[in-house]
Amino acid sequence: MSWILNTHNIHARNRHRVGGKGYALSLLDKGGFKIPSTICITSDAYHEYVKRSGLRERILLELHRKAFKEMRWEEIWDCATRIRNMFLTKPFPDDLAQTLREYIDEHFQNRPVAVRSSAPEEDNVQSSFAGLHESFINVTGADSVLKHIRLVWASLWSDAALLYRQEIGLDVEKSAMAVVIQETVAGDRSGVAFTRNPNDESQGIVESVHGLNQGLVDGTVEPDRWTIDRYTNKIVLHTAPERKNWIMPGPKGIQLAALPAEKSSQPPLVPQEVDIVFQTAIKAEQFFKIPQDVEWTYIKNALILLQSRPITTLSSDKPEDKRGWYLSLHRSFDNLKDLRHKIENKLIPGMIAAAESLGEKNLKNMSDEALADEIRKRLKINHKWVNIYWADFIPYAHGVRLFGQVYNDAVRPDDPYEFMDLLTHTQMASIERNSMLMDLAAIIRRDKQLARVLKQGNYTGLDVEFTSLINEFIEKFGDLSCAVTGGKNCVLGTGPLYRLLLEMAKYPAQTGDYGKKGSLKRSIQKYLDHFEEDQRTWAKELLDLARNSYQLRDDDNIYLGRIEAQLLAAVQEAKKRLDNQTGDPSTKVLRQVLEEVDFGTESQSGVPMEEIAGDRLQARQLTGQPAGPGISKGKARVIHNHADLSHFKHGEILVCDAVDPNITFVVPLATAVVERRGGMLIHGAIIAREYGLPCITGVPDATSLIQTGDTITVDGYLGIVTIGDARL
Amino acid sequence: MKANEQFRKSVAELFRSQNLATLSTQHAGQPYASLVAFVASDDLDQIYFATPTTTRKYANLVADSRVAMLINSSMNQTSDFHRAISVTAVGKAKDVTEKDKKRILDQYLAKHPHLEDFVRSPTCALVRVFVESYYMVKNFQHVTELHLTP
Repeated sequence: MSWILNTHNIHARNRHRVGGKGYALSLLDKGGFKIPSTICITSDAYHEYVKRSGLRERILLELHRKAFKEMRWEEIWDCATRIRNMFLTKPFPDDLAQTLREYIDEHFQNRPVAVRSSAPEEDNVQSSFAGLHESFINVTGADSVLKHIRLVWASLWSDAALLYRQEIGLDVEKSAMAVVIQETVAGDRSGVAFTRNPNDESQGIVESVHGLNQGLVDGTVEPDRWTIDRYTNKIVLHTAPERKNWIMPGPKGIQLAALPAEKSSQPPLVPQEVDIVFQTAIKAEQFFKIPQDVEWTYIKNALILLQSRPITTLSSDKPEDKRGWYLSLHRSFDNLKDLRHKIENKLIPGMIAAAESLGEKNLKNMSDEALADEIRKRLKINHKWVNIYWADFIPYAHGVRLFGQVYNDAVRPDDPYEFMDLLTHTQMASIERNSMLMDLAAIIRRDKQLARVLKQGNYTGLDVEFTSLINEFIEKFGDLSCAVTGGKNCVLGTGPLYRLLLEMAKYPAQTGDYGKKGSLKRSIQKYLDHFEEDQRTWAKELLDLARNSYQLRDDDNIYLGRIEAQLLAAVQEAKKRLDNQTGDPSTKVLRQVLEEVDFGTESQSGVPMEEIAGDRLQARQLTGQPAGPGISKGKARVIHNHADLSHFKHGEILVCDAVDPNITFVVPLATAVVERRGGMLIHGAIIAREYGLPCITGVPDATSLIQTGDTITVDGYLGIVTIGDARL
Repeated sequence: MKANEQFRKSVAELFRSQNLATLSTQHAGQPYASLVAFVASDDLDQIYFATPTTTRKYANLVADSRVAMLINSSMNQTSDFHRAISVTAVGKAKDVTEKDKKRILDQYLAKHPHLEDFVRSPTCALVRVFVESYYMVKNFQHVTELHLTP
């Protein structure tokens, strides 16, 4: 067992301990290619660390919380976040740290290095992990290198890597990671070379940028591209981009900067250099006996190879390779900022305007034909916004995740979700709606006469002031009737709203811990204190983006709900006409359009389990993800369909398949939330955090194993729902 | 597969894979735990074990037939925390009657042939537990219960 090997003493027998990248570099070195000074931290060091720190079993416990295939991507992201935080907060055993530190100090002194992943699994073409694991450039000093080794190890368990490993059937229990540490070569021109174009076997490709390679690899700097005929070695095509930026070493890591004018007008390579790069890559292909993807850099006219690996591309000939998609789940800060601009300035105003303009139309005055056309039009509009929701709003939610990762890297908190404390108290539409509801309930609580009138169902005799407040609410958030009566069968009317208000009025409003703005301020300060002066503006901008992304995660559904409500209103009008005019030929057109409208059918989730006669199977303890701290005991209200919401009583525990912001108006009545759908950033968890309620998400079969009326205990610290009491 | 069929299948697999169970008895409110070699009936309604009649556990269950048995797949490895399944059976213990003895003994010895001398000794009792409920723990903290028809 050896924790460190340098390229001279890596042999075929320890290939699996240094990973594909480390092994290829050792071969290049021995083959006479010029490479930077390189050492390998073997997978033995990884095993030593995870074994002695207890992380091995903690990771496996995390991954076996429930069947991996049942986990949604969001839950996998949560797993990856928790695992990453374990690596961030768990120090090396002293002897391992000392050995690594001494070797790194001796080998590199204080020269900057790249710390790169080298997974033993990516040894072959079939399972390339290119881009799935992390690498860090320009790291200086042994302590910083040690910190980054743990980050590279953690990336073995990133969401994208977990999904990919699952897809290609690798056993997570056997996963390990080696790390390549390579002296940074501050090249003035860098690039990649593919000895064979994946789309045309007769060609090869050289790509190059000014400065360091990182910008090309992560897509932030567009390269010059030369296509070369493999047989004649002649350049057949040169595509020059608009050269704007380059990546250079900065005081901390690397930085993106504007390219000086004298460089932006020149390609990074002259044709003769393109030829040298390509011929060197071809030499590597002949050496490895398989087409190569070579990363290289030029420093003072000396060509140095940074790595060489068999060609695998994201657009591989295997259509089932979803690596590109997994990688697309993560968005850069700049990409998210652009997305925010689009959402705030174009999409949300567009959604509001769409709902408003539909609301202005008088459906009652329309002919049957016009109403049918209107329903079709509304269906189309609704469909359009649902697509936009998936294309733009869902990816924007990554703002929260990006912030979480930055927060955890900087603060290294014990709780990997501490960052969420900084995201509460935004002006969420659902919270605004609920505050309005609670204010209305408070009026009913104070006014016994009003309460009596509402109980009798006599809504016409209400006083003007209260009615105008109700109308103000309905104008903003609708009358909640469709949320309560459900989908296309919803029955419009204010009855459900009044019943909800009466239930809310029965008890004093909950005061929860959602008023502690002082602690939010302190949390934000603590976060900012972890950044140096020059990074603080960026840290603030990222927090602002994350808060906006968090708020929108809920609000977008509310806005979408308003558009759907307009569609439902038109459908209801059509139904009403059909009910009143049975047999009238003019209603045919309405009947036809209603058949076309196929949405809002309720899921059949949560049907209680079938049992063998006599045996009684019941759940005692269900586990999920702890998504809101606290403990609460009470009667369960299981939501199988919309109508169940209207029975929700004060003090009950909301148990449901998936919380949608359009149903979270019952949350102020609830004492805890249990959700089948998993994730820390889903709506149930968000709203529970806002109200300081214990919350557990990702509980498989929650709605079938728990029955309405069951006494349950929700332990939001451990993520355990206990059903019933301790008696056998 | 129906949920309780799945439950029974998991219990049956676990019982086939394990030889030993921890038996809990009590005397005057003092719990007492001991290890026994067991076999279960195919329908899982009964669990059988053998014990010398001179033992504390036998005295305890003669005085109070209520027992609990724990069978689990842990291997004294750290990986037990995410891999192991544990089943607790709760029920009442009674000596096997003469009428059923041969059939049950055959079944018992098919699983534990090395205990032949032990179990045929006149001072050894073959005990049967009528199981009322099973409690299964897996994935560290996931607990389900199966209450059998009396």
